[in-house]
Amino acid sequence: MSPLNDSSQVTLSNEEILRYSRHLIMPEVTLEGQKKLKAARVLCVGTGGLGSPLALYLTAAGVGTLGLVDFDVVDYTNLQRQVLHYTSDVGRLKLDSAIDKLKAINPFVEIERFDTYLNSTNALDIFSGFDIIADGTDNFATRYLVNDACVLSGKPNVYASIFRFEGQASVFGADDGPCYRCLYPEPPPPGLVPSCAEGGVLGVLPGLLGIIQATEVIKLILGAGEPLIGRLVLVDALAMRFRELRVRKNPECPVCGANPTVKELIDYNQFCGIRGEESEAPVSAKIPEIQPEELKRRLDAGEDIFVLDVREPHEYQICSIHGNLIPLGDLPRRVHELDSSREIVVHCKSGARSAKAVDFLRQSGFKRVSNLAGGILAWADRVDPTLPKY
Amino acid sequence: MSIKILIPTPLRPYAGKQSIIEVNAQTVGEALNDLTAQHPDLRKHLYSEDGKLRSFVNIYLNDEDIRYLSKDATPVKETDTIAIVPSVAGGR
Repeated sequence: MSPLNDSSQVTLSNEEILRYSRHLIMPEVTLEGQKKLKAARVLCVGTGGLGSPLALYLTAAGVGTLGLVDFDVVDYTNLQRQVLHYTSDVGRLKLDSAIDKLKAINPFVEIERFDTYLNSTNALDIFSGFDIIADGTDNFATRYLVNDACVLSGKPNVYASIFRFEGQASVFGADDGPCYRCLYPEPPPPGLVPSCAEGGVLGVLPGLLGIIQATEVIKLILGAGEPLIGRLVLVDALAMRFRELRVRKNPECPVCGANPTVKELIDYNQFCGIRGEESEAPVSAKIPEIQPEELKRRLDAGEDIFVLDVREPHEYQICSIHGNLIPLGDLPRRVHELDSSREIVVHCKSGARSAKAVDFLRQSGFKRVSNLAGGILAWADRVDPTLPKY
Repeated sequence: MSIKILIPTPLRPYAGKQSIIEVNAQTVGEALNDLTAQHPDLRKHLYSEDGKLRSFVNIYLNDEDIRYLSKDATPVKETDTIAIVPSVAGGR
């Protein structure tokens, strides 16, 4: 890594020397290391679960310039883990919220904001102003974009990702080190890997992984210790077990190999089958749908409709419309419990799983089956506002 | 001989909700065959329709990717652990 700024030109004020004194007395940092931190320019892509601890600790540590990329707005479901954002920030831009907190922690840090969704058009331009990129994004398309842009611009990509209570972390794109594509040449096809919105995530997990990222960023800046290059750390928070796997540089890697085929940024949505991890697109446009108001009217009129809820039992506990519960995964085994002569309306949380269920039931010979459009969330919005949403 | 396979969280629903499954095998390929015989639902998550291991799923023997060993033919011994390591993308 060759930093954009020369740390020998940097000076620390007396206030800064006092603030960073616990660093300055460590032989692994010293005044010289603290100057490297101040000269450093680090970009955090995302200010959510991983981005929160990353930005908080990098700011506290005295990284001179922190870039933040986000376009999102704080919502209530973020607060369980995105510790940069407070209850009073709900509805605000995450960047506004983040910058308030970071400035309050350390006014000596310069913050550069990028109110945008990182994409193939802007990524190389944004990255050019930074020494290190920390990837705190939440979908495959952006992960491959960050990786390729890091390799093409020769910047290390400090990586972590999370699912439920497990996480992975590594440093990709370092000189002679492997990249994300060396580890995973291609993304999963749409629908095969559940998103955090579907699968949930333990609130402290991004904290654990984001702090691993922050640690690696600081080590890269200092040139201290053994960076997580060529190693993938797997964290299982339930077992509290950390394992380490080797990640080799793939000589045939399409982006960092000897004969690369990816020489500029591509269309990553297309590469990933146009899936955002956060979007829950219906599996097929041909799935017959019923609107919540229509279902309500027909149930109230006493029509014989079998409401099938394909969520999990713990979701049913949160809220229900008193449907019959058969989780999507159990449906093939339990399909005989259903009466194909009755009209069936299937629902889940927001309509994606139930669309798969409708598709499956139709293929199994059920004719009178439809999907509740927008799931129980739409029901809560449009029919019964007393239902809790999750 | 009996070998342990570690099942990652996203795949546990297709493996009877277990995190560790014991299989009988002399090679990594045999171990995965035994695994998918015990839990057929796992097959489509590990292999594409043409029978190739999916490129977003890595198989490790201890700490080494089998792509850099002898792939499916890599021999296993009693003390070895096989880990399935799929890509995950969450971060918010």
